[in-house]
Amino acid sequence: MTLDAILPAAEIPVVHPAAAEGVFTWLWLIIALPLAGAVVLLLGGALARGTLKSGMDKVGPWIGTATVAGSFLLSLTLFISLLGRGEEERQIGQHLFTWFEVGGLNVGMDLLYDPLAALFLLLITGVGSLIHLYSIGYMEHDDRRRRFFGYLNIFVAAMLVLVLGANYLVVFLGWEGVGLASYLLIGFWQHKHSAAAAAKKAFVINRVGDIGLSLAVALMFTTFGTTDFAAISEQTGGASQTTLNLLGLLLLLAACGKSAQVPLQSWLLDAMEGPTPVSALIHAATMVTAGVYLVVRSNFIYELTPVAQTAVVIVATVTLLWGAILGCAKDDIKKALAGSTMSQIGYMMLAAGLGVAGYPFAIFHLLTHGFFKANMFLGAGSVMHGMNDDVDMRHYGDLRKYMPVTFLTFAMGYLAIIGFPGFSGFWSKDKIIETALADSWIVGLCALAGAGITGFYMTRLMLMTFFGDDSRWEKGVHPHESPKVMTVPLIVLAALSVLGGVLLLGDFVVEFLAPVTGHAPHHEPPLPAIVITLMVVGVVALGVAAAWFLVGEKEIPREAPTEVSFATRAARADLYGDAINDALVVSPGRSLATGLASFDRFGVDGVIEGGSAGVGAISGALRRVQNGFVRSYALSLLGGALLVVLALLAVNLT
Amino acid sequence: MTFWILAPIMVAAALGILFVRKAVHAALLLAVVMMGLAVLYAVLEAPFLFAVQIIVYTGAILMLFLFVLMLVGVDASDSVVETIKGQRALATILGLILGLVLVTGLSQVTLGTAVGLEEANTGGNIEQLANILFSRYVFAFEATSALLITAAVGAMVLAHRERLTPKATQASMAAQRMRDYAESGKHLGPLAAPGVYARHNAVDTPALLPDGTPSESSVSRVLAARGVVRSAPALADDIDEVQRQLGHDPATQDVPVEEDPR
Amino acid sequence: MTQYVVLSAILFTIGCIGVLTRRNAIVVFMCIELMLNACNLALVAFAKQHGNLDGQIAAFFVMVVAAAEVVIGLAIIMTIFRTRRSASVDDASLLKY
Repeated sequence: MTLDAILPAAEIPVVHPAAAEGVFTWLWLIIALPLAGAVVLLLGGALARGTLKSGMDKVGPWIGTATVAGSFLLSLTLFISLLGRGEEERQIGQHLFTWFEVGGLNVGMDLLYDPLAALFLLLITGVGSLIHLYSIGYMEHDDRRRRFFGYLNIFVAAMLVLVLGANYLVVFLGWEGVGLASYLLIGFWQHKHSAAAAAKKAFVINRVGDIGLSLAVALMFTTFGTTDFAAISEQTGGASQTTLNLLGLLLLLAACGKSAQVPLQSWLLDAMEGPTPVSALIHAATMVTAGVYLVVRSNFIYELTPVAQTAVVIVATVTLLWGAILGCAKDDIKKALAGSTMSQIGYMMLAAGLGVAGYPFAIFHLLTHGFFKANMFLGAGSVMHGMNDDVDMRHYGDLRKYMPVTFLTFAMGYLAIIGFPGFSGFWSKDKIIETALADSWIVGLCALAGAGITGFYMTRLMLMTFFGDDSRWEKGVHPHESPKVMTVPLIVLAALSVLGGVLLLGDFVVEFLAPVTGHAPHHEPPLPAIVITLMVVGVVALGVAAAWFLVGEKEIPREAPTEVSFATRAARADLYGDAINDALVVSPGRSLATGLASFDRFGVDGVIEGGSAGVGAISGALRRVQNGFVRSYALSLLGGALLVVLALLAVNLT
Repeated sequence: MTFWILAPIMVAAALGILFVRKAVHAALLLAVVMMGLAVLYAVLEAPFLFAVQIIVYTGAILMLFLFVLMLVGVDASDSVVETIKGQRALATILGLILGLVLVTGLSQVTLGTAVGLEEANTGGNIEQLANILFSRYVFAFEATSALLITAAVGAMVLAHRERLTPKATQASMAAQRMRDYAESGKHLGPLAAPGVYARHNAVDTPALLPDGTPSESSVSRVLAARGVVRSAPALADDIDEVQRQLGHDPATQDVPVEEDPR
Repeated sequence: MTQYVVLSAILFTIGCIGVLTRRNAIVVFMCIELMLNACNLALVAFAKQHGNLDGQIAAFFVMVVAAAEVVIGLAIIMTIFRTRRSASVDDASLLKY
């Protein structure tokens, strides 16, 4: 029995893109620009020699930034054009070419531009170009920066393919592309063993998630005969409940891998080995949000599988608390921010799992998170730049005097993330907690608790970094403000962190996304909205106060103390996530591989070689029958003849 | 009746072939068996085969065996010890089983009264045999004759000894004789006819060569091996004694002169 | 009539054992001849039994073929003897492992 019988069909919006015309015919250019940039930067650098090469190295970063900026301008143009259209005409599709046709599956390189894609495009290209600009300053002293920008461009191109895809296979193409770019960028400083290991870890864990997506695509093909969003959104009503449940769970697995949700979360903190712009762009604003994009995009499936939706909600709730607890005990500023990212994406997934009511808020929080997290990561990069690339917060202190711009912009991001009233994060997180409480008490309370813990660890971070005194500094550091090319993006992002809440004005974001996510029936929250808001603010204030007393008032030891509570030790050990992975997967996998190898060597080879050795031994024994004496042979002849005679007699007598 | 006399003899002879040490004895025992068979053929109204068995089988084939035995070595005798492990035991056991099976199987069969060859032998056994041979079995007959020719040619080829060294010419043989005389004093020319140097008729008396030494080649080496050859001085004494008895003086006379019968 | 066939069987068996037991090549050959003769006896006995001369003709042919065989066999034995100076069947045992 499908939910068709219960809900009217109009609840789930069907994707039916109109053909691209006018300015929308330039949709492909948005992807092509960074792609061309990547080709030029990577191949051109490989082929160029001498003065051309050094010229490329100097100009390369600017080329890389220019391509992404160009994509941003184009995205902005398309967005404005989209706003000019009526609500019914906001889905535009563009068919580029037929990718492949095999058996019954015809897959085209099709692009889909609708409100969801439009918002993502702006986020990716906008925040992306700001981070590119920042990187020009950050990577100034690195010899391989041209290559860095090439990889960044690959990433942007792949991410754009992911969000613009009109069928699951194009999304998969982008999915794999961002995985590749993430690997290349995390391990950018190849000479560092830890970076190479982290890149491998990220890629392998992502692969586990990719299995989910591959299986989902296969299942879609067998069930619906196609992977197009348009076709599937029409046909979801006709599939069996088990198939829909499976699809939802498989897509959830994929999202867990890419968005670092439990159980595939252990790669995110290690991914901080990459340069800070990489952490900002990929592991805060864009790639890790691809999982949320996938869930929201597949709403036509999720709306019909309460089972999968519940699974999403559970995973998200666990993750938002997991990430928050991790963030409390980390002394590495980037790892603390990474834990925070994990937690915030948990909020987004929670909203996405809550159904039609939550999708727009998930996307809203995704956008605001993109602003303030990128802001804070770039700020952290600026701090590291001034402190000789030291990441340990125990060596920071009183930096607000020496890096005022960094401090102010970081503070804006901080206030946004804890949900200070009026900032962007306040609006988005509040809405999510409201929707969660409307759905279930436990989930809502967990989200509320998460908000409090967020307040705690972010305040701890701020206090350790920017307040206090310079007594904990390393010898010889001269903290200074970063150059303009780095501070300008910080200022822009800080402004967005402050003003991002404007998207909620007049329920803009909800209405804008309605053609994609559908209209939510109006649910009365269990408590009045203002009460919920006050509760959230209160809990956050508790968290801030706790941090103030436990961290701000006390002396911060320079070396991490070893006599700590179990909770701290657990949080320092990533809540034993790595240990669990090791015990459940890595060790059995290694034993299995060793076992299979020995089975192959001793079992299979043993059988083959043993068989041949056995035959050799038998033949070695049997050959002694050939002793060369005629009389022995004659004896065997006689024996044989006797047998024949006896057989004949036996036959004749019976 | 004849059968019951001959059968034990034949079986005994056959068993003898198994146990005798010298090969010549085995051949002779086989001759006994074949003769017995010939007589049995005669009893079984096959006179032609009776004759052929004696003439061809015993007379030709067995003789061939004896010739080859002579060429190979009459003295050669098998040692009693069996070299291949278990061969003798197994062979005896298997053979006995075979014999037992055959004999019991055959004795179970009742053949009924024999038809006899009265009718088949009308006009003579040989004539009837010829009739069948040259009518029904003429092809086999011709093939067999071809076989015999092939066998003869084959035997010639096999027994042929290819000359590996060039044949010694008269000149080289003479030169070789010269060399031998120079090295070892071996007698140069042809030997004298028998009896020229003989002093006595007895085989154990050596002949004396012109220089008075006894010729070793005049006495059989068998006697020499047994050590019963008479020495020449003892012979000379004998002759002197006889001459004395006859009235001749051995010191004055060398050669006994034959009295003129007149 | 049965007695002749039984005698033939006994002679055949003795011939068999002889072939397997004796070491002198010529004596082995003689035992083979003994076997052939035993078969001849059986053939002639059955000729009388069935009143048919075919058995005697068969015996005749066996004799001829045996003659040819003896010729060649002895020539071979002699040739081997010339090169190897041994008439024992056990000495020609090079075709072994």
